[in-house]
Amino acid sequence: MKTTMTLTGLTLALLASTAHAELRLGASLSATGPAAFLGDPEAKTLEMLVEELNANGGINGEDVVLTLYDDGGDPNKARTFATRLIEDDGVVAIIGGSTTGTTMAIADLADGEGIPFISLAGAVSIIDPVREFVFKTPHTDRMACEKIFTDMQAQGTTVIGMISGTDGFGASMQAQCKDVAGDYDITIAADETYGPGDADMTPQLTNIANTDGIQAVLNPGFGQGPAVVTRNYAQLGIDLPLYQSHGVASNGFIELAGADAAEGVRLPGTALLIADILPDDDPQKEVATTYKAAFEEQAGQPVSTFGGYAHDAFALMVDAMTRAGSDDPQDIRDALEATSGLIGTTGTYTFSETDHLGLDLSAFRMLEIVDGGWSAID
Amino acid sequence: MDSLLQFLFSGLTVGAVYALVALGFTIIYNASDVVNFAQGEFVMLGGMITVFAHEAGIPLPLAALLAVVLTAAIGVALNKLAIEPARGAPVVSIIIITIGASIFIRGASQLIFDKQLHRLPSFSGDAPIRIGGATILPQSLWVIGGALIVFVALWLFFTRTLTGKAVLATANNRLAAQLVGINTRAIMTLSFALSAAIGALAGVLATPITLVSYDVGVALALKGFAAAMLGGMGNPKGALVGGLLLGLFEALTAGYLSSQYKEAVAFIVILAVLFAMPQGLFGAKSTERV
Amino acid sequence: MLTSKWVQLAVLAVLIAALPLLFPSGYYYRIGALIFVNALAVTGLVILVGWAGQISLGHAGFAGIGAYACALAPEHLGLHPVVAIVLGMVISAGLAALIGKPILRLKGYYLGVATLGFGILVTMVLTNERIWTGGPDGMSVAKLGLRELLRDMGVRVSGGVFWYWACGIVLLIGAWLALNLYNSATGRALRALHGSEVAASTIGIDVPRLKLQAFVISAVYASVAGSLLALQNGFITPDVAGFMHSIEIVTMAVLGGVGSVVGAILGAVILTLLPQVLTVFAEYEQLVLGAVMILVMIFLPRGLLPSIAARLKRKP
Repeated sequence: MKTTMTLTGLTLALLASTAHAELRLGASLSATGPAAFLGDPEAKTLEMLVEELNANGGINGEDVVLTLYDDGGDPNKARTFATRLIEDDGVVAIIGGSTTGTTMAIADLADGEGIPFISLAGAVSIIDPVREFVFKTPHTDRMACEKIFTDMQAQGTTVIGMISGTDGFGASMQAQCKDVAGDYDITIAADETYGPGDADMTPQLTNIANTDGIQAVLNPGFGQGPAVVTRNYAQLGIDLPLYQSHGVASNGFIELAGADAAEGVRLPGTALLIADILPDDDPQKEVATTYKAAFEEQAGQPVSTFGGYAHDAFALMVDAMTRAGSDDPQDIRDALEATSGLIGTTGTYTFSETDHLGLDLSAFRMLEIVDGGWSAID
Repeated sequence: MDSLLQFLFSGLTVGAVYALVALGFTIIYNASDVVNFAQGEFVMLGGMITVFAHEAGIPLPLAALLAVVLTAAIGVALNKLAIEPARGAPVVSIIIITIGASIFIRGASQLIFDKQLHRLPSFSGDAPIRIGGATILPQSLWVIGGALIVFVALWLFFTRTLTGKAVLATANNRLAAQLVGINTRAIMTLSFALSAAIGALAGVLATPITLVSYDVGVALALKGFAAAMLGGMGNPKGALVGGLLLGLFEALTAGYLSSQYKEAVAFIVILAVLFAMPQGLFGAKSTERV
Repeated sequence: MLTSKWVQLAVLAVLIAALPLLFPSGYYYRIGALIFVNALAVTGLVILVGWAGQISLGHAGFAGIGAYACALAPEHLGLHPVVAIVLGMVISAGLAALIGKPILRLKGYYLGVATLGFGILVTMVLTNERIWTGGPDGMSVAKLGLRELLRDMGVRVSGGVFWYWACGIVLLIGAWLALNLYNSATGRALRALHGSEVAASTIGIDVPRLKLQAFVISAVYASVAGSLLALQNGFITPDVAGFMHSIEIVTMAVLGGVGSVVGAILGAVILTLLPQVLTVFAEYEQLVLGAVMILVMIFLPRGLLPSIAARLKRKP
């Protein structure tokens, strides 16, 4: 999928002939395939924002030209498209890698060729160890575990059961949660999984419910899995708190799981999910409501956290390009690393030489589903 | 809560979905020796068309009917445009044509519909039915009932009706069937329409449980294909038993052994069955279909 | 065969050597290397599908074994990547021999579902054994070290250029071995088998043994292809062993013409290039890809190369 946002650019270029410069931005996203859940809103977000930016005069008077490819979630394709973006399309920066797999395939190349790269994937291994040219916008799955365990601890929960998806998102978060559980004095007494397309998880949930001493259940996963788990949870009448992850990231989840089944589900989310009910003095209020309104009008579907990651990556890139004042990849990278206090939908970003994520736990908000809608509990 | 009974309920629910998909494979295979890898797309279309028609304000039963009829028409088009012109091509070529068709339908669906997940409301509510310490959703009964009804209807069709016997005759020997006056082209058209309609029906019944999006077809086709092979391709009894067995294997493995390897165990069982009975549980013993 | 073995090999060698003259950027070397890797796996399928007449919907499983051998062996056993490639070949061959014996008794679609099951099992192990394989997120692969060696000798090549030549040379070797096989007694027996298994067995051909040989050889080709892919990407995920990858290589083989090595390579060229060209169609990409697969199979049922060759022959 290659979308070149040149409508305005073309007209301007015709008028100004060759004098008009442009900034080439590349993206490789999983707009189709098993990770389309992530890549589809991300692609729509980037296309929308580029159009918007150019309509408002671009960066320092230069239009941004976006070259966007659909890697279908396949790391091999992602690597080929990254090569194409760098070698053939001559982009000065790349956004993308919807999944950890595709990100890792791009990261090596971007870092080696000296092209600044902002990933939209979760795993902590993307930015730890820090690579000179590699940044990312989403919270790590480790942070999500920490946020959830903090809440569990506050509720006096010490023994939990886990049911995780076997896709990249679920498996990675499952491992991270098991890793940090000890820090919060939490024991994982039951550890079950399900496949990405599974239609019924009652056997796994029955085993969890029959394990002695379980006080709460955590479900790391995204896509249809969490909706089916939540429905099965209600079907079995399990009377324990259910925690979902940040992979459950839009109103679509409440619709799919059904408001009754989803009632009382807790999860760490971003400001974007509760944009409408944020207090007016919340620093993220403006950016979250603006993006939500624009996206929902343009795409005709509910805004999701994932699209928000792309929004933030683009905002970071534009900010860095503006400050760099050149289209030299090295300058853009340096400007990117100097980002300080940029407010996005996910949180407030401050990068440094040792931190290419730039978010802390404070940006995560613990949410609960009440009466078919979101409410913040801290 | 009672574990074993719950595992069985889960297995029957999932197995009935597999069985419905597997039953869809049966008719086309019987008429033409073609395993239609686009069968999963029929299931997807059944779900997606119903969802979008329902959202547009059409009552659910009417939306479901519309989905079944439209999908049947797409099945006929697939036969006319892609399968009939390739008559006599080797097995691999036919596999690639149907996989190409599956990619094509998926590509069209993501354009016409969207890439989001959707669900239909359950037909008889979401209140679980409690039986002996385990629970089952009313929608599961719809799916299981649907699989049984389609099975009985197909069985009657192949054994009691002239048209059904004509389908079998066409598969057995195309030329001989033509000689005794069977319109084999019409039989092919009919079998694609029926297969697609059964697939769409599976989609309508299962969507309240499994959810639907433009790309659910591949996984369903694989499971349905495996189930049909386990039971013996071409035999409605094989499709029903194969589907239910596959669902039960998965649920029992997830319950008692390992949820990570439940699909692995299911495939190992299929391999073991095929080694012992190379034509599946109920497959014809003599026909060579290469 | 269209022409003699050496002519085919010479044409292939000249094409591999001359094409870079037309490359405007490094990206084309990457595409070239991918084509060669795919063509290698497809050459193996020519032996199995085209000559022996058997089907496999799970061959990517062997590519997965080759790929992960190159990822795991250097890290956990301290082996050199080149040794890891050989290890992958040995494991793939052993596994193919082990499962091939019972599996190859099955025919047509039943063989299809059995091989498909094998591919899914491999993918599942790679996905679930997270501690070893990194799970669905994949793992990084150690460098081959040859480029560094060349650099020390004063020859500097970029990664893309290096892998273009490395994969090109391996493909040439693979094609040469396959063509030798075609003209050997085993090759003739294989083709007799494809004609009719019953007839082949009546003239004293050990049918099960021969089918097993073809299966093992094609598994080794896929394994090497997987290894090369892992090494050049420097990173690997279980997708390499997945069902879609299995289907992709079978489609390449059949599209080009599954009976001949050159046809298979043509199939690899087309199906590797197609998604790159189709990016201009944006959302219509899948639509076009599906339509191309259907149309080629309808109008050129024996594949591109044989159909074109037949058409050329018909003309005086």
